[in-house]
Amino acid sequence: MKITGLLMMPAGWIIVLAALVLLRAVLARNLFIAAGLGVEILGLVLLTRSHLTAKRGNE
Amino acid sequence: MSPQSPPAMPEVSQAFCILFILLLPLALAGLALINTGLSRLRSAAHSMMASLCVVGVAAVAYFVTGFAWQGYPGLSSHTLTIFGKEWSWLGAGHFFLRGVPLDGSRASLAALLQLLSVGLAALIPLGAAAERWRLRACCLSTALLAGITYPVFAHWVWGGGWLAGLGANYGLGLGFLDAGGSSTIQAVGGLTALSLVWLLGPRRGKYNLEGMPAALPGHNTVYVLLGCVLALVGWMGLNAAGSILFAGIAPGRTVLVAVNTLLSASGAVLAAAAITRYRFGKPDASLSANGWVCGLVASSAGCAYVPPAAALLIGLVAGALVTYTVAWMEVHLGLDDPAGAVSVHALGGIWGILAVGLFPRTVTVLLPYPATPAMIQSGQMLAQVVGVATLLGFVLPFTYTLNWLLNRLIPQRIPPEEERQGADLYELGAGAYPEFMTHTDEFSQW
Repeated sequence: MKITGLLMMPAGWIIVLAALVLLRAVLARNLFIAAGLGVEILGLVLLTRSHLTAKRGNE
Repeated sequence: MSPQSPPAMPEVSQAFCILFILLLPLALAGLALINTGLSRLRSAAHSMMASLCVVGVAAVAYFVTGFAWQGYPGLSSHTLTIFGKEWSWLGAGHFFLRGVPLDGSRASLAALLQLLSVGLAALIPLGAAAERWRLRACCLSTALLAGITYPVFAHWVWGGGWLAGLGANYGLGLGFLDAGGSSTIQAVGGLTALSLVWLLGPRRGKYNLEGMPAALPGHNTVYVLLGCVLALVGWMGLNAAGSILFAGIAPGRTVLVAVNTLLSASGAVLAAAAITRYRFGKPDASLSANGWVCGLVASSAGCAYVPPAAALLIGLVAGALVTYTVAWMEVHLGLDDPAGAVSVHALGGIWGILAVGLFPRTVTVLLPYPATPAMIQSGQMLAQVVGVATLLGFVLPFTYTLNWLLNRLIPQRIPPEEERQGADLYELGAGAYPEFMTHTDEFSQW
């Protein structure tokens, strides 16, 4: 879960960069940037949960 | 690539800029006092000692590689050309500040400002990892932050990099705007703090078997509140110098910057005091102090761009944000962050960045280059969102990985038995207050 979360954050960032470079239509670009940010947040949630699980395991 | 150099700086601007930069050590002292006051008695000397070491290591690491990789608009940089657009991704200067004439030029003043502000960024993780972070590990982790992570991101924002060029290349407003360092200093430091809190785990005795946190109050509230006052002075210097060097404002406009900085901090502390008074029956001093610093953090990005009423609003939101998120992160996310650094610096910084996109109206008044209102409004918010996406998608995984690798090589956490006696005795061999008797309940959290 930790590695997945850690990889999802740069993956979301690459979606944001790709939207900037490849898309000209404002709506499509904005939607893809929002989607990229969403993927990053999902990765952040996974990383957070992996540390929460590890902490509970230690207890 | 060697883009066109910015115009030379008038002598009066140079003088003001140097004066503002020399206020910055007060922000370092303020943050060090806040971190120390919020940690327990048994680690107070360690906290101050680590603060000094961290500031020193940050300055040296930035001197060695930092400014070379950060660069400044007008200095050479590495670029990629993607679909006809130039993406400047790393400074191409010489290590050890070679080639930078230290004569009051814009680049030399930026180097001086950064040598100090990188120390501010490095102090942020120290507050979050207090009482359980080895001194040696602090120094090595700081070297990675100041020598690699900070300059790379700062190049993108302040060194003429691709984030700053989002306006010219893709029509996103004026590109990513951050005059005083809500992103480059505060959010980068805050996200590094988050990585370290995850990697080090909570202090012994912080959570019981059910996972409920115990209150481990700081040992000196007076240090914390005095630190807040010192931080205000330092922050005014930081925001004013950053606005001159990175937003291109005239020295006279720093009055607006100072007013915005003060109003934001004031709004934040009042919001935090009022909310804690409402929630707990009495205002909470440490959360109010966190609110004050969060107001300063959030003020930095927009201090040169937003009107004073907007700065007050930014501060009010920052104060409310920190009041709720500190406790929420501690209880629900299991983050043991004694100084509240993740909430104050990471979330406060991100809020400050986004606020620039919400209140863009005075940008045309202040910026010394032509920009139509339509150009500003069309994509400014999107440029700020791309900056936040870069912090979450690049800076956080990068700094986490660096610190994870360091932790594999050299364990960063103090051993459990030594943590019980305190970092002062374990690492320094003596406590901060040797004439004081330590009460047994100091150890009852075990």
